[in-house]
Amino acid sequence: MENKTLFTVTIFSENTAGLLSQVTSVFTRRQLNIETLSVSPSALEGIHKFTVTTFSTKEEIEKVVKQIDKKVDILKAYFNTDEELVHQEIALYKLSTPEFLRIPSVEELIRKYNAQILDITETYVVIQKTGYYAETQSLFKELSELIGVLQFIRSGRVAITKSKTERLSDMLQSLDKKQK
Amino acid sequence: MSKEITGSEALILSLLNEGVDTIFGYPGGAIMPVFDCLYDYRNKINHILVRHEQGATHAAEGYARTSGKVGVALVTSGPGATNTITGIADAMIDSTPMIVISGQVASSLLGSDAFQEADVVGISQPVTKWAYQIRRPEDIAWAVARAFYIAASGRPGPVLLDITKDAQFGKVSNYEYKKASFIRSYQPIPEVNIPAIEEAAKLINQAKKPYALVGQGVILGGAEKELLTFLEKAGIPAASTVLGLSAMPTDHPLHVGMLGMHGNIGPNQKTNECDVLIAIGMRFDDRVTGDLKTYAKQAKVIHFDIDPAEIDKNVYAHVKVLGDAKQTLAAITEKIEENNHKDWLQEFRACDQREYDAVIKYELYPTTGQLKMGEVIRKVSEATDNKAVLVTDVGQHQMMGVRYFKYSQSRSVVTSGGLGTMGFGLPAAIGAKYGTPERTVCLFVGDGGIQMTIQELGVIMQYGVNVKIILLNNHFLGMVRQWQELFFEERYSETVMTNPDFVKISNAYDIPARKVETREELDDAIAEMLNYDGAYLLDVQVETKGMVYPMVPAGTCVTNILLGNE
Repeated sequence: MENKTLFTVTIFSENTAGLLSQVTSVFTRRQLNIETLSVSPSALEGIHKFTVTTFSTKEEIEKVVKQIDKKVDILKAYFNTDEELVHQEIALYKLSTPEFLRIPSVEELIRKYNAQILDITETYVVIQKTGYYAETQSLFKELSELIGVLQFIRSGRVAITKSKTERLSDMLQSLDKKQK
Repeated sequence: MSKEITGSEALILSLLNEGVDTIFGYPGGAIMPVFDCLYDYRNKINHILVRHEQGATHAAEGYARTSGKVGVALVTSGPGATNTITGIADAMIDSTPMIVISGQVASSLLGSDAFQEADVVGISQPVTKWAYQIRRPEDIAWAVARAFYIAASGRPGPVLLDITKDAQFGKVSNYEYKKASFIRSYQPIPEVNIPAIEEAAKLINQAKKPYALVGQGVILGGAEKELLTFLEKAGIPAASTVLGLSAMPTDHPLHVGMLGMHGNIGPNQKTNECDVLIAIGMRFDDRVTGDLKTYAKQAKVIHFDIDPAEIDKNVYAHVKVLGDAKQTLAAITEKIEENNHKDWLQEFRACDQREYDAVIKYELYPTTGQLKMGEVIRKVSEATDNKAVLVTDVGQHQMMGVRYFKYSQSRSVVTSGGLGTMGFGLPAAIGAKYGTPERTVCLFVGDGGIQMTIQELGVIMQYGVNVKIILLNNHFLGMVRQWQELFFEERYSETVMTNPDFVKISNAYDIPARKVETREELDDAIAEMLNYDGAYLLDVQVETKGMVYPMVPAGTCVTNILLGNE
């Protein structure tokens, strides 16, 4: 198998119905699994932002991004490697309160990972950890071994480029000029 | 206009505003308000009632391909809409501007599995340039304007507009139509990059063996004149893809033939001998390139295309010239030096001689045995002074058709290139005739393909559409049979056909027809067909086991050319 890298694809789109399936179908056609996906309104009103991660080659991801960019309602799509990004994921862990109280070393673990406690009831404790995939995964493993995890959920990646220019706002400015 | 009108009327007025005068369609429950309104406008819009919605889309494609305008199909919801999917996919892969308008159940019923409800926007999304559901009458004008702009601009393609029944019935108070010319998330024509043009010109000026590949982009961009000026200035030999055929006349001294699996020897072989390969509005389809690992590795590749996604998709381009071919070809012509490459061009002609001796003379000028497809096609072409429009279905007759028909003007080939849709031919020929009523339209179709959409003979009967139908009947699914002979040890699995009497069928539709079995009667039959004022069908019995050569087997090197007889 070719050497595949994890790429982060960032997509800015108009807020129209059905765009998510249009975006994912480009990955599906080329048999690329989506590792993580996160969609939310962007800082610019009316524009949505998709962040998708996938293992691929540079040649392939270039083609994928061009196919996505080509869609009428997509404003801009581009891809980055991890080195070019500040990125983060968030994970929530639900633990049993009686177990939590019984095993004092859980506290050490939470300190070590710089995790936060979000909620405590008589039956469960919810803690939160932000970080890279490897970090949230490592905490999951340690907690599982130490006291067991009742529920676990991890978000898709969110990412910000290290680039000094803001590509989308530049593009929108030049488009506005064009229209005038 | 300040009076209140219905959404249906807004739709019809919007079509009229876009200059639509012909549409192909089929009524049904969820589109009835539009058809009812159409009744009031029947003097302004010519609606052609097809016999199956697939036929409406292929007819719209044929219309678009010969006229250069956007083809329009109008169908109902559910099965009416799903029946258009094949035609939509066909238009997508062949970059044909088309708008399919489908009715949809009332918006209050959406998602409830209502009668004749299908999520056609979802189904069609992967095969449309844009698909949109209109749920409010006031959105109709906006959506239609956008649909026409998207379908026709940049790299053209199909658009689906799904209109709920309540939007058709609902009232619009201040109807106003404004054509679209800007969508901020959509840039149909990339800006011309002057340094790329200069780099390309430099390569062409230094080239000893430049070679141009002409695709449909030239025709779609209306750049036929610019292409010839460019080629003639530098004396560059040029070959066409199937869809690029007729962008330049067949007999032009620099035209060296057709590319691809059943293309001419020279165009394929020289791909791997040229030093600069200039691809213009073509997309390096696998039927053109064969094995990419051995394709044009010696050459510097210059790729002209309007669609950035085509650049480097299959073949790496050393120089990427984005833009509209009409502009980019004109720009590069200014920067290249006058030249000729006589010896290089001569090499193509030597290949032609080899092909003539091994293949063409047997196909075009046989003296014994059953009729051959090639001879029938060339005779029809010549009998029209090579001025007719060629429409084909898909299969052996298609490859023979594009090979042996000759072209003297642009927009003369209507064929399903990318999708290879059997059943395309008959409805596309009907649409092609409406797209260019003054030209003779000749449909070549196989006995397999004609039966996939044979019901459209009813359209020819009802409207008196003058298309000349040449059925090349070998009683086989010929192209599959050819592959079975070559690659599946002559195991003819499910390719033999017991056919009906096509002359009788044709006559039942009030279309005169004649069966042709011998070489002696061929000329007379062709003359009779062409002289008849109206549609005519020739059922030509051709050899049952004919082969299309030359052939580059799928996935092999373009120089691996099978010739059969040699």
